[in-house]
Amino acid sequence: MSWITNFVRPKIKALITTKDVPDNLWAKCPGCEAMLHHAEMVKNQNVCQHCDHHMRLPIEERLKLLFDEGQYKLVELAKTTTDPLKFRDRKKYTDRLKDAQSATKRKDTIVVAEGTIGGKNAVIAGFDFKFMGGSMGAAVGDGLVTAARLAVGNKAAFIVIPASGGARMQEGMISLMQMPRSVIAVELVKEAKLPYIVLLTDPTTGGVSASFAMLGDVHIAEPGAQIGFAGRRVIQETIRASLPDGFQTAEYLLDHGMVDMVVHRNDLHQTFAKLLRLLMNTKKDKAA
Amino acid sequence: MAYHLEFEKPIVELEAKIVELKNVSGSGVNISDEIARIQEKADKILVQTYAKLSADQKVQVARHPNRPHFSDYIKRLVQDFTPLAGDRLFGEDCALMGGLGRFRGQSCVIIGQEKGNDTESRIKHNFGMTRPEGYRKAQRLMQMAHQFSLPVISLVDTAGAYPGIEAEERGQSEAIAKSIETCLRIETPMVSTVIGEGGSGGAIAIAAADRVLMLEHAIYSVISPEGCASILWRSADFAKDAARALKITAQDLLALGIIDEIIEEPMGGAHRAPEATVDVVGDHIEKVLGDLRGIDGPTLKTRRRQKFLEMGHKV
Ligand SMILES: [Zn+2]
Repeated sequence: MSWITNFVRPKIKALITTKDVPDNLWAKCPGCEAMLHHAEMVKNQNVCQHCDHHMRLPIEERLKLLFDEGQYKLVELAKTTTDPLKFRDRKKYTDRLKDAQSATKRKDTIVVAEGTIGGKNAVIAGFDFKFMGGSMGAAVGDGLVTAARLAVGNKAAFIVIPASGGARMQEGMISLMQMPRSVIAVELVKEAKLPYIVLLTDPTTGGVSASFAMLGDVHIAEPGAQIGFAGRRVIQETIRASLPDGFQTAEYLLDHGMVDMVVHRNDLHQTFAKLLRLLMNTKKDKAA
Repeated sequence: MAYHLEFEKPIVELEAKIVELKNVSGSGVNISDEIARIQEKADKILVQTYAKLSADQKVQVARHPNRPHFSDYIKRLVQDFTPLAGDRLFGEDCALMGGLGRFRGQSCVIIGQEKGNDTESRIKHNFGMTRPEGYRKAQRLMQMAHQFSLPVISLVDTAGAYPGIEAEERGQSEAIAKSIETCLRIETPMVSTVIGEGGSGGAIAIAAADRVLMLEHAIYSVISPEGCASILWRSADFAKDAARALKITAQDLLALGIIDEIIEEPMGGAHRAPEATVDVVGDHIEKVLGDLRGIDGPTLKTRRRQKFLEMGHKV
């Protein structure tokens, strides 16, 4: 995990002043252990060119990748995250929030954007895993409801890209209540008969996977992404046995009927464009 | 088998003494005075202790094995209970029980987790830890309630959804997600009561209801205090701190607007008077169902959704 955070964070800076960050120019692929140069990585959307290992991709890069011509408009999210429980573990929640906010330059993990994909209106709500592990608190619920309403208003497809370990414990039961809230957001889109597509990325677990993330009309997963309800350690401690190879990976979920397809990052835009055209063109084409 | 919590020890000791005195008593006046005196003291300590239970103590009370469970509620509150089994897809999961029955004169669908009360029944019910089949059965029964315009009564009592290989393979996440969706779709009254432990996703799967009630010493949490402590404090030894910080008591959750009502338990907790507890829960459910009766289905659904959308936003 630290490998990718080390790598991703200085990337933008590195593009401008390469000399300043020589340590981060090369990084080892967790899939095949090949040394990868960051310029190649950026060009290749954080996919290893040797073994196709998909590393995490910042949400901005995903938006660029998915929207037509990489063009999109960010949607301003009104509310700022609060600390309803005055939560404190070894550290205050408000301090954790401040750290995450200054590291990511955003208010919370969720990002909402609108644009077109394959010429069809689309609203995307995506998670920034670097913001407290993409954990779901009230801000995520609010963001999803805002995005869903926007999709309904724009007659747009609704696409969600979770990258989340699950609930934000620091918001206690308020975070659990984002499960029904996010489900209601999805219901609004479904009742408007607009497509709701989930792009499951690494990781999608816990309360996030057990709510809106598993209710898509279509589920697309990225290769190797970890997707599941319970954490691996919790399962191991409960059953006192080792887990099968590839447990809770995208491919494993495909085998068990939980996702429709596992799609290489390079093919994502095309896949979404095709799906939206198929789901949103109700008239018969004239040309044969 | 009686089971005593550590913090109840002073009370239990006094009560044991009373029993002892009663056994030896040759009905002397002095002895009955002594018994009355000790009883008074025991009662006083009980009241004092239960008036200010810590979050951690509530966790223990909520998990108390002698607390009434789903089956105890069914036995006392529901006539003609007709359990219905299976998800029609894979199997039957006894961790989540459900069926049709008559509650205070009204046909209902009743669902809820059953933890079991001895080794055999605990294994049968998987300690109330539901697998996907259980949630899919719950969906089926909630849809049946919708179909026949019957109210849904759900009783929540689970440490959480079952974490296992097969549960993951058969889509635990999807099963919980669809259960929440079903709760929010049905156009019939739904009232949920957290009678013991409300364990995270495993609980909300059957608790996205018009009204959510909670017993006075029940708990409802996004993660177990032990789990939270081991992640945020890096050690399960901090479970007490986590229990306090997470705000999992009925009193905290009412203040936060997460639940709608608290049901008072008999003095000393539900485990001391299971039957009285079941009766008072029944009274509250009956009252709530009465309030919801007469509201048309689509309005119920709209209001239910509105309630959850507004949650956590005190505007
Ligand atoms: Zn590689």
